[in-house]
Amino acid sequence: MSAAGATELRRAPVPLGTAIAVQRRVIFALLMREALTRYGRHNIGFLWLFVEPMIFTIGVTALWSITKTVHGSTIPITAFALTGYSSVLLWRNMPGRCINALMPNLPLLYHRNVRIFDIFVARLLLEFAGATMSFLLLAMLFTLIGWTQLPENLLEVIGGWFILAWFGMALALFLGALSVRSELVEKLWHPLSYLTFPLSGAAFMVDALPRQAQDFVLLLPMVHGVEIVREGYFGSYARAHYDVGYIVAVALVLTFLALLQIRAVAPDIIVE
Amino acid sequence: MIRVRNLTKTYPVRDGRRTILDSISFDLARGQKLGILGRNGAGKSTLIRIISGAERPDSGSVDRGMSVSWPLAFGGAFQTALTGRDNVRFISRIYNSDFERNIAAVDEFAELGAYLHEPVRTYSSGMRARLAFAISMIIEFDCFLIDEISAVGDARFAQKCQLELFEKRRDRAMIIVSHDAAYVRDHCDHFAVLHDGQMHFHDDFEPAYALFKDLIGWSPPPDTAPETAPETGPQTASIPAIQTTA
Repeated sequence: MSAAGATELRRAPVPLGTAIAVQRRVIFALLMREALTRYGRHNIGFLWLFVEPMIFTIGVTALWSITKTVHGSTIPITAFALTGYSSVLLWRNMPGRCINALMPNLPLLYHRNVRIFDIFVARLLLEFAGATMSFLLLAMLFTLIGWTQLPENLLEVIGGWFILAWFGMALALFLGALSVRSELVEKLWHPLSYLTFPLSGAAFMVDALPRQAQDFVLLLPMVHGVEIVREGYFGSYARAHYDVGYIVAVALVLTFLALLQIRAVAPDIIVE
Repeated sequence: MIRVRNLTKTYPVRDGRRTILDSISFDLARGQKLGILGRNGAGKSTLIRIISGAERPDSGSVDRGMSVSWPLAFGGAFQTALTGRDNVRFISRIYNSDFERNIAAVDEFAELGAYLHEPVRTYSSGMRARLAFAISMIIEFDCFLIDEISAVGDARFAQKCQLELFEKRRDRAMIIVSHDAAYVRDHCDHFAVLHDGQMHFHDDFEPAYALFKDLIGWSPPPDTAPETAPETGPQTASIPAIQTTA
């Protein structure tokens, strides 16, 4: 009997392969449960996952096309709106889905294989799938009807998209775990997410801004992500400003803080 | 074998922290059935939650040498927007268990008929209890945690539960927490009283029950004869001790 004073609940050591298999299964189960709960089986059901963001993006694209929003260059407006608004949906909806996600789902923890992390990850994967499908389908649609060209550098678009998704997920995990501690997180996230929208690079190219504004705006990590996606999409039309090292470093630090926070809140969890 | 060692749990209250469990230790071997008596708020459910793994203790450890169930007939993890069938599918996925077999078992046992395909939110509380119990029975565990399972559906369903749990699974270990002394007496072979964060263990029911009565300040109502244990009908018959609600 090795009754050390550890606060952890000891289980027999599980081989890594088995552990990964369990986690995949649990996350998949949670993901399906979440999707079914959110979209149900009525009318188009699961399709809402990407139809909803598509409607947003089409609306914004239409508005910006009509008003010829000042973006300061000869950039094709459809591609500009598509990349900009899809990127916003990608990183901004993730924290929204994770903040206060835990409370209504706490009884799930009675099933020991379900961990706090899994509940978040299931939601994040769903969000990622929705935003990605929406972006992909609209890009194909707009290309087919001739509103946009194919991306100039597909790999760069994909790379930028994944980096942006990573940043969004890390931010979401961190804020989601923090929201267990304080309801201020939810209260502050709403105004903050609105306020950062005009600054997030969705509605401008960094290159079109005055020099001083560029330095300021480039402090925001998501701007770098959007610039990468756009360089990949229509790089020859506009000069992109970004630092991959910066956004990756931010995402890495955020991921680390998020995992620490998830670990830290675990003892505070009170299940009904 | 489940080894519980020095389990301590406090909850934050307005003026500091209240100690619910104060360094509790015990072992539970395979097949043993431990009944824990305690008044409301003594920490019975907290203990169950920690042993189940849903909550963490402040200090101490739970060493699970066998598979341990979630608290039996617990319906809290239901997603009420989903159908009974969806919930069965979810549990089947989580525990990597055959869905087709499980849904057939739940269908037969819970007798929900067409309601199995309706959202759980449309169920009556009795129907929810039946679904919850049926789902609890599709995954096999070495040890079942049972928290106040006093009211599960009508008398006939209670009898089915009795058969399923205490007859068919009589070889399993169980931890039953309740303030219903008769229920604990009829189903357990080891007893404990949880009071002020401490567990008082007894191998026999009578001393545990005497202590429990003493601690809660219970005295027999004036119009009944003194008794050593509450009456729940003939103990030899297979009448369920599960209390029923109409």
